[in-house]
Amino acid sequence: MTFKATVTVRRRPTILDPEGKAVEHALQSLELRGVARLRIGKLIELHVDAADADAARATVDEACRKLLANPVMDDYTIALEEAGA
Amino acid sequence: MAAHRFGVVVFPGSNCDHDAYHAVKHVMGQDVRFLWHKESDLGGADAIILPGGFSYGDYLRCGAIARFSPIMKEVVRFANAGGHVMGVCNGFQILCEAGLLPGALLRNASLRFVCREVHLRAENTDTAFSNALTAGQVLTIPVAHGEGNYYTDRSALEELEARRQVVFRYCSADGALTPESNPNGSLNNIAGIVNRAGNVFGMMPHPERSMETLLGSDDGIGVFQSVIQALSRRETASVEV
Repeated sequence: MTFKATVTVRRRPTILDPEGKAVEHALQSLELRGVARLRIGKLIELHVDAADADAARATVDEACRKLLANPVMDDYTIALEEAGA
Repeated sequence: MAAHRFGVVVFPGSNCDHDAYHAVKHVMGQDVRFLWHKESDLGGADAIILPGGFSYGDYLRCGAIARFSPIMKEVVRFANAGGHVMGVCNGFQILCEAGLLPGALLRNASLRFVCREVHLRAENTDTAFSNALTAGQVLTIPVAHGEGNYYTDRSALEELEARRQVVFRYCSADGALTPESNPNGSLNNIAGIVNRAGNVFGMMPHPERSMETLLGSDDGIGVFQSVIQALSRRETASVEV
């Protein structure tokens, strides 16, 4: 089966995100009221061929641990769905 | 004294490889060769340099992809066997991504690419990469990076400090550790560190660009001189054994 995985990689909340801060300031200079705590992460999509969802998730999790996220500074979440034909 | 052989790894996107080669060969008078990232042999090198640049376009994270180059398997093996490995700028980022050095290099706090001379204070001069310097000595060496903001969690930072693994810190011209002298927001003004074993070293500033007074500064010589002295001492020690 083929699964589509969507990986979201975020800097840990305790780590300063200067890029997010700069964008937040830009939004505030647009005078959009109430905008705060903007943070920027990464969204990564990939397809995985695997016997079942658990196997697919295990593969994506390994990909995250070894490359897609840096355990020193990132957290990640994985969303999995069956890929359409 | 016989020349030592240095290997300068060349990744797609490396751009300080020729500066490192020039520094080692023409200024320090050592033997040096380039090692293409696809090679799986270090060519008998006594020490390895991972140069600065933008390996793999800095895609994903700086150094994240270079870490999986074929040559890095050999570099990791060499380092684990006690070989001297030095990473500058992108090379430092690669060593962190490879797990050979603790921590990570985040986006500069200013969000700006910083390209200018900075002052560095030699903190620990008992390492293979700083033994030719005197403790507290201030060097003037350029930085050129967008992601040099050294980060690690609190407990790892405390351990790093307790084990004296911080080799260089950003400082003012007279050696004071001030926030203004920190170009990127690094924790504790950290500019360069060694691993626990003392044989793997990374720094964000570029000593290979500070080898000739004609080009502004020759303060980088001390770093290379230190490595050469460390290699010579090790050779002498192994002959005595």
